[in-house]
Amino acid sequence: MPEKPITEWAKEIRRQTISMLAASASGHPGGSLSLADILAVLYFDKMNIDPQNPTWEKRDRLVLCKGHAAPALYAALALRGYFPLEELANLRKLGSKLQGHPDMKKVPGVDMSTGSLGQGLSVACGMALAARLDQKDCYIYAALGDGENQEGQVWEASMLAAHYKLSNLIAFIDHNGLQIDGLTTDVMSPEPLEEKWRAFGWFVQRIDGHDPVAIAQAIETAKGQKDKPAMIIADTVKGKGVSFMENVAGWHGQAPKAEQAEQALQELA
Amino acid sequence: MSENKKIATREAYGKALADLGSQNQRIVVLDADLSKSTKTCDFAAAHPDRFFNIGIAEQNMIGVAAGLAVSDKIPFVSSFAVFATGRAYEQIRNSVAYPFANVKIAATHAGITVGEDGATHQALEDIALMRALPGMTVVVPADALETEQAVAALTQMYGPAYLRLGRLSTSTVNMPDYEFRLGKGVLLRPGKDIAIFACGMMVQPSLEAADLLANEGIAAAVANIHTIKPLDKDFIIDLASCCGAALTVEEHNIIGGLGSAVAETLVENKPIPMLRVGVEDVFGQSGSPAALLETYGLTPAAISQKAKRALAMKK
Repeated sequence: MPEKPITEWAKEIRRQTISMLAASASGHPGGSLSLADILAVLYFDKMNIDPQNPTWEKRDRLVLCKGHAAPALYAALALRGYFPLEELANLRKLGSKLQGHPDMKKVPGVDMSTGSLGQGLSVACGMALAARLDQKDCYIYAALGDGENQEGQVWEASMLAAHYKLSNLIAFIDHNGLQIDGLTTDVMSPEPLEEKWRAFGWFVQRIDGHDPVAIAQAIETAKGQKDKPAMIIADTVKGKGVSFMENVAGWHGQAPKAEQAEQALQELA
Repeated sequence: MSENKKIATREAYGKALADLGSQNQRIVVLDADLSKSTKTCDFAAAHPDRFFNIGIAEQNMIGVAAGLAVSDKIPFVSSFAVFATGRAYEQIRNSVAYPFANVKIAATHAGITVGEDGATHQALEDIALMRALPGMTVVVPADALETEQAVAALTQMYGPAYLRLGRLSTSTVNMPDYEFRLGKGVLLRPGKDIAIFACGMMVQPSLEAADLLANEGIAAAVANIHTIKPLDKDFIIDLASCCGAALTVEEHNIIGGLGSAVAETLVENKPIPMLRVGVEDVFGQSGSPAALLETYGLTPAAISQKAKRALAMKK
């Protein structure tokens, strides 16, 4: 892995995301682009992982609860060396390991199969309990969408993580404010998220989700908490980095056409 | 029949799990506020560090179990069958079956013999739900001895599994030297006129029905099909072929359970007259287990009557 600043890795994740979505003519750009900086900090700085040994038992793990951001995760994993970059062009194609939503049985580096919103945080809780039983020093990360907070199971898991004091669990909410049908606050407001997670017993931080320094600092602060799970509410822009996608709900699950992809890649140069 | 000591399969499950927990440190147990009823309280008492009460949150329980399983634990999760399979169905589908996570769903209080709690608590479609999931093993033990061995067998095998257990005490149908073999049908009583395939709580009344039929000169074979999936197709085809007529008996909706599994197998391989005994696509109700079994036609007398109807179709 070449030495690059995190901002460059984030940009590369965004570029690869646009390219693979254009190649497959299908997929979710908006929530992939909003999560790119968080994934860059995790996979190129904070996570203790070994791409040569993807199932290393003491590794840190990430559950991509918002599984539709699979393109960004695939980009991060390929750039980190889990599999060849050329495979990204096979996204969503018949027989490809790169399914529309992540499949842990097919993709090295994917720690859990996800895609059905609301289920991932429970799985992350199970991983955190297992790590504690085995006295492993690893951290379990989870990345949720803000709209995903509308799923009741998220709050069941939230209760459990606080009850069992899962301080080895660090979760992010990709707080981009949009879901398929529009603004989260119009569709079914999950707000106020900070107060809710705090009331559920979590150590809550709120940061700029596109500032790699802030993301890294929030992770370190979270690791300093010894008796609570940590929630990092990351304020983000859906479609971040591509002018015509930013803050447009319509780019949740629509792939760019060739000329749109070209413009996006120019903006991300 | 070896003895008449009656033990509920859930009781046997609780004891077996607590014992296995001493031998295998990878076993962890999750319950959703029903540990005294599902009998996981035995494991909780013996291994408190590996028991997690999830509270009344079955969907979360399945997800947490998946996380433990992909971290090399062997989680057993328990609740009542209606909640364990129904409430958390999509969690089982997407977080357990799809990633082929090594989660064992051991659900108690299956069927109408839940009794007085009524229809909301009587799972009659759980086998159908679990059987439809790719890769899911489905086991319905008939007595305590079989339950103990099934719990051990499911611990040994890798992959998602559903173990269906009952609330009510049941007679022992297997001999003391019985050896449970996952995926293998068990011939409990030979016969040449009709093959009765039963599972779980319905094995014993099926044996009694065979006694009634014998009084009328009808030789009914009775087989225990404890593993609904993977189904012992060869065994079922062979026995049904020898008899020329078949009857299935289960404490489940006649849609989707053992009867459907056997019918699918016979229709595609050896079409012969066949009828199904089960709850006939209705919800249950409150009542004593005995009264409910009578009401829904799950008694030895009702089974033998239906067997004779199937026999009549042979002509």
